[in-house]
Amino acid sequence: MAKFKKPSVYFVAGSLLIFLVIQGLISTGTLNDYWKGIIFWGGAITIVTLGLNLIYGFNGQFSLGQYGFYGIGAYGSAYVTYHWVRGDPAAMVVALFGSLLVIGLYAALAWGLRRFYGVTVKARFTFYLIITILGFWASVVVLVPLLGPMMWGFFAALPEAVAQPLVFFLALISGGMLAGITSFLFGLPVLELGSDYFGIATLGFTIIVKVLLDNTDTILPFPAMKGARGMLGIPRWTTWAWVFGTLFVVIVIMRNLLHSSVGRAIVSVREDERAAELVGIDVANAKILAFVLGSVFAGVAGGLRAHDITFLHPQSFHFIQSFNPLIIVVFGGLGSITGTVFTGFLWIVLLEGVLRLFLPSGYETWRFVIYPLILLMMMLLRPEGLFGTYELPFLRAAHVAKRQAIAQKPEEVPV
Amino acid sequence: MKGRPNNLSVNVKSRPVVLQLEDVTHFFGNLRAVHNFDLTLRQGELVGLIGPNGAGKTTVFNLITGVYRASEGSIRYEDVELVGLPSYEIIQMGIARTFQNIRLFSNLSVLDNVRIAYHPHAGYNMLDAVLRTRRFREKEAEMTERAQEFLEIFRLDTRQNDIAGSLPYGLQRRLEIARALAAWPRILILDEPAAGMNPQEIDQLMDLIHFIRERFDLTVLLVEHRMRLVMSICEWLTVMDFGEVIARGLPDEVRSNPKVVEAYLGREAVVVR
Repeated sequence: MAKFKKPSVYFVAGSLLIFLVIQGLISTGTLNDYWKGIIFWGGAITIVTLGLNLIYGFNGQFSLGQYGFYGIGAYGSAYVTYHWVRGDPAAMVVALFGSLLVIGLYAALAWGLRRFYGVTVKARFTFYLIITILGFWASVVVLVPLLGPMMWGFFAALPEAVAQPLVFFLALISGGMLAGITSFLFGLPVLELGSDYFGIATLGFTIIVKVLLDNTDTILPFPAMKGARGMLGIPRWTTWAWVFGTLFVVIVIMRNLLHSSVGRAIVSVREDERAAELVGIDVANAKILAFVLGSVFAGVAGGLRAHDITFLHPQSFHFIQSFNPLIIVVFGGLGSITGTVFTGFLWIVLLEGVLRLFLPSGYETWRFVIYPLILLMMMLLRPEGLFGTYELPFLRAAHVAKRQAIAQKPEEVPV
Repeated sequence: MKGRPNNLSVNVKSRPVVLQLEDVTHFFGNLRAVHNFDLTLRQGELVGLIGPNGAGKTTVFNLITGVYRASEGSIRYEDVELVGLPSYEIIQMGIARTFQNIRLFSNLSVLDNVRIAYHPHAGYNMLDAVLRTRRFREKEAEMTERAQEFLEIFRLDTRQNDIAGSLPYGLQRRLEIARALAAWPRILILDEPAAGMNPQEIDQLMDLIHFIRERFDLTVLLVEHRMRLVMSICEWLTVMDFGEVIARGLPDEVRSNPKVVEAYLGREAVVVR
């Protein structure tokens, strides 16, 4: 067992304390449903924004697509649980095992393509698209009748207290995987574009998702999503433990990834793409990795949000909303996990909590005048964001001590 | 150390060929930037590529390292055809390069700049990193150790935790060379390493090039404008103009070649000598 270092202990202890305090406030009823909702919302937004920080802050790809993936995750996991609680495991099988199948096919295809250099990105994209369609089609035709009853039987045998969280967990994972698959397909051709063009393309993506969500019951074959009328009847399963646990896991994943060789490769792409390529880094790979991972976070956050408000409307995923994570990430400091987490909660608590409640009645919408003013002041006075690149000790790269004196000093350059 | 006689140039033909360019032609739209370019690099050579501005020298570098894909011709490294391979694969095979203007990862630490060069050989995957497995810890420690050793060789170890962008110019240049060499390439391509340096720094650079070449058993290809540097350290030269080879040979031969004098060396050779 590795010896735990001090910052890790402090971080875990501090997190646990925050968790217990808020859990206590919720259990004792000090926080009413409204404030509970605000905090859960803050958690979901924070996870979405952490994903954006990975894409924009650490990998340097300006993206407005986060809300598109957030929407896909929200609708995807809500659709799964909606049908599950009504006794139909088909959606779960397709979203979970279908996604796994498609990811497996991706891995096989990537392995098969790895020695073919002439294949253009558009050709690759076509292959992956065909495989995606085939994979999901196969899962509907083959996996649903095969695994559906089995899965249903398995969960029916479990006690309710175990089955329900497990179903929720699988639904969140499904939402994340669906968002990840979409982002992979979308990112493959589009990440080749330069940063600004990529931003516009992702904006287009968010608009497409919103339009498709408006028409889920007409163009798309998902009647339960009810298109522009909004999806009702999602079970309320999100609790503070779920929000906190997901956030914690996301932070730890990001921290561990960024302070590894993989993370350094991702950051080097932000620093100088050409130079990164010419020290032997597969830039396209690093970009798509960051993009997909960031989108998976957004998808999972969408699942959490959907099972908290229990009602989804396409308007919540309008492209105007997709600027929110961008504002938060810049406000908190690009490339700072600490800043994102702090600002994510601050943003929702301030905008939807404090300002909405404490502005005199009839003037609530003035909060949309106040926050742009705060933004303006911020950009003028502290353009690097609240935290700049500051990180809590736990989230920083480990300090590397100078090497011990060695018996044989290596030959040095003549200077 | 300046202009020391190079005993390596004896028996040149017996050394194995490491990089061979044959009839390489490259177009930018309708502009023919490089035309029927041939170059043979043998193990351990130090070769200069010179020519006036716009002659296509940097394009040749970019063709070798896969930044551009050659329109025609072949580039072979040992037995592998490089045309069509992505840059990062070419680099991973053992060809490293520096840039005309320094391109460090300037917001990262000096140590991280070198560690990034080990990424292709990291030996662990994403899952190891996220779960902090034993393999991750071992490989990461090994990587750090190697990078630090490297920084010691280049006398950058005292500044390993500094931000790369904060180093003075000379050290940045040295760090860039260290980063290029970190993965132990067989061929090093230097694109105008002396740009913006004063005479004293150029002397240091020449010593550095000699040193790394022997220490790392390198083959070096150098583009440079400073005639003094090129003439004194290169074993032989290839001169380009308008995308074509106009002369090649030992520095003294090239210097007196009338074509070269006309195209390029005329003024500078007189001034420098």
